[in-house]
Amino acid sequence: MCLFQSVMNYLPKEVLEHVFDFLTSHHDRNAVSLVCESWYGVERFSREKVFIGNCYAVNPERLIDRFPRLRSLTLKGKPHFADFNLVPDGWGGHVYPWIEAMAKSGINLEELRLKRMVVSDESLELLAKSFPNFKSLVLVSCEGFTTDGLAAIASNCRLLRELDLQENEVDDRKGQWLSCFPESCTSLVSLNFACLKGEVNVAALERLVARCPNLRSLRLNHTVPVEVLQKILVRAPQLSDLGTGTFTHDPDSETYVKLKNAMKNCRSIRSLSGFLDVNGRCLPAIYPICTSLTSLNLSYAPGIFSNELIKLICHCKKIERLWILDTIGDKGLGVVANTCKELQELRVFPSDLYGVGNTAVTEEGLVAISAGCPKLNSILYFCQQMTNAALITVAKNCPNFIRFRLCTLNPIVPDAATNQPLDEGFGAIVQSCKRLTRLSVSGLLTDQLFLYIGMYAEQLEMLSIAFAGDSDKGMLYVLNGCKKLKKLEIRDSPFGNMALLSDMGKYETMRSLWMSSCEVTLGACKTLAEKMPRLNVEIINENEAGEDKASCDDRHRVEKMYLYRTLAGPRTDAPDFVWTL
Amino acid sequence: MLSHLNLEATELRLGLPGSDDLPSTNKRPSPEDHQTPPAPKAQIVGWPPVKSYRKSTAAAKSAEAESGMYVKVSMDGAPYLRKIDIKLYDGYSHLLTALEDMFKLSIGEYSEREGYKGSEYAPAYEDKDGDLMLVGDVPWEMFMSSCKRLRIMRGADARGLASAQH
Repeated sequence: MCLFQSVMNYLPKEVLEHVFDFLTSHHDRNAVSLVCESWYGVERFSREKVFIGNCYAVNPERLIDRFPRLRSLTLKGKPHFADFNLVPDGWGGHVYPWIEAMAKSGINLEELRLKRMVVSDESLELLAKSFPNFKSLVLVSCEGFTTDGLAAIASNCRLLRELDLQENEVDDRKGQWLSCFPESCTSLVSLNFACLKGEVNVAALERLVARCPNLRSLRLNHTVPVEVLQKILVRAPQLSDLGTGTFTHDPDSETYVKLKNAMKNCRSIRSLSGFLDVNGRCLPAIYPICTSLTSLNLSYAPGIFSNELIKLICHCKKIERLWILDTIGDKGLGVVANTCKELQELRVFPSDLYGVGNTAVTEEGLVAISAGCPKLNSILYFCQQMTNAALITVAKNCPNFIRFRLCTLNPIVPDAATNQPLDEGFGAIVQSCKRLTRLSVSGLLTDQLFLYIGMYAEQLEMLSIAFAGDSDKGMLYVLNGCKKLKKLEIRDSPFGNMALLSDMGKYETMRSLWMSSCEVTLGACKTLAEKMPRLNVEIINENEAGEDKASCDDRHRVEKMYLYRTLAGPRTDAPDFVWTL
Repeated sequence: MLSHLNLEATELRLGLPGSDDLPSTNKRPSPEDHQTPPAPKAQIVGWPPVKSYRKSTAAAKSAEAESGMYVKVSMDGAPYLRKIDIKLYDGYSHLLTALEDMFKLSIGEYSEREGYKGSEYAPAYEDKDGDLMLVGDVPWEMFMSSCKRLRIMRGADARGLASAQH
């Protein structure tokens, strides 16, 4: 035993615990727990927050066993491509077993954060009744519940501080869930129901807001009219994050004047979103708060024309996070570049999802932003076209990208100026941005790009590929080069068995691999599953129901494969169309 | 050419399972011989990669638009109103020709400065805010989304409208 180790062993547990208290990131805590058995032991009893990136990597019992003092759990379910309808309904990702297990073991759960999971009303009811100290529920891109489940949460969680529903598919039962918050509930800090489709009891809403003095964040849905918004703002001028409902009103009316005045009084608002139905002529009401805004999301407001957007942006000099639609145009992005010098994150979404858009943005807008916004580090950009020259310029202007996601509306469009693949452009990005952790590529791309990615993208953790590459070499470059790769998702690309099987151990260092419409065959997947027992290799087979695994030819290409490392073995809740090999 | 996208894999076909041909391995067009890339309208599942929540919200909004944009058309002096679907027209001249035809009148040339000067009749519309506006001032798409009702006014009355706009 070395001197250091022996000294460490004599440190009382309380001291170690106290030191570990300062470690908030789960990466650090995970690292600490690997140092030695004694540290593992101290760490596991003191850890209160646990993050599980794949709910099937581990089972609830193991979680509870290792972390009995668990108070906050974050769980992610379906693979990312489920967002784009590539994963059929019924695939899985149920939260119920987790809630049930924690309830049975007497875990003192206070916070639950779920992403892409199936949440039933039953689970919400169990959650609401099992944990007396429950304070915070955050559901992102989940489904399976109705407003009845929300009513259960509202009625039973006495100490509820946060109910945050982001982009979930919720069935509206026309109940009065909002009225279920008892008069005694005064602890709300954050309430977000923007994704709900149905009406809420606005009188109950106003009363709720009035009795929660700590309310900082409120995001309304599209059924809440401007009159009610105005009254709420009068009662809650301390809000720092506001999501409006509709924003259409006659700008000459009295309500509008009252709204303007109420807005002026809300000096703490730093984050603004909503405008789910908007009359552009009403926007001047928000100009007074624009000057101190740091976050603005207008991506659900297609009704704002480019010139109105531009006028609005001119007031937003402190913006750090901006989500907009491509109706802003290249010209509008030029205005953003000149005005928003603090910009860190930009997302430009497509407004025309079903046709060929004329208002889409091009490489010009992206270049302008890169030149004007020195702090830019995260971008999601849907565009009509792109060029290598533009990407090379962007790479030079912005070496600080952490996240870079570019999506050309035509998935295999070449360089608009030279007709060449976009390899050089994206290559410049990975070479210049040494801290890049997330990358999505699109456009005409060959194996050359993947060579660049393997060579330069040393910090890359997540990579999304679609309709790209020429051969197995492409995928191999990535698997061999990107040492920190955690999530790889590939669709419609010519990568096959050779690439899949070349380094099977690699997948145990990653969270997951998704491959759909590629060249991998059933046989290769079976080989992989056999050789790597700590991976679940799942095939999603959407063909005729009842098709037997045994009757499927090993030479057949697999339409959808999802594999992930796991300590829990093959999952027991897989539907018929998911085969675990 | 969509063959390289291998859309057969997602195609619904009659046939015994396992009887499919294995598709060609050459998925990617080489840079030299790529044909015109398929128009984005070719229904590729999950492209562009926009969250289905976002897509369904947008769809809900455009569904209102998809169902036709019928607006009432009144004409000063006429005994009853008509209704037209403005989505059927691809621009102002198309719309005005149709109105001239429907009401058997002439509307004349639009100019920014003088509206429909010299015409017997001039087209006006009521917008989302309830204001009476001269047809032709704003881009066609903007007109389509803000027009609630059309009114064909007598030329003399409309002249006041035109000069009031400026």
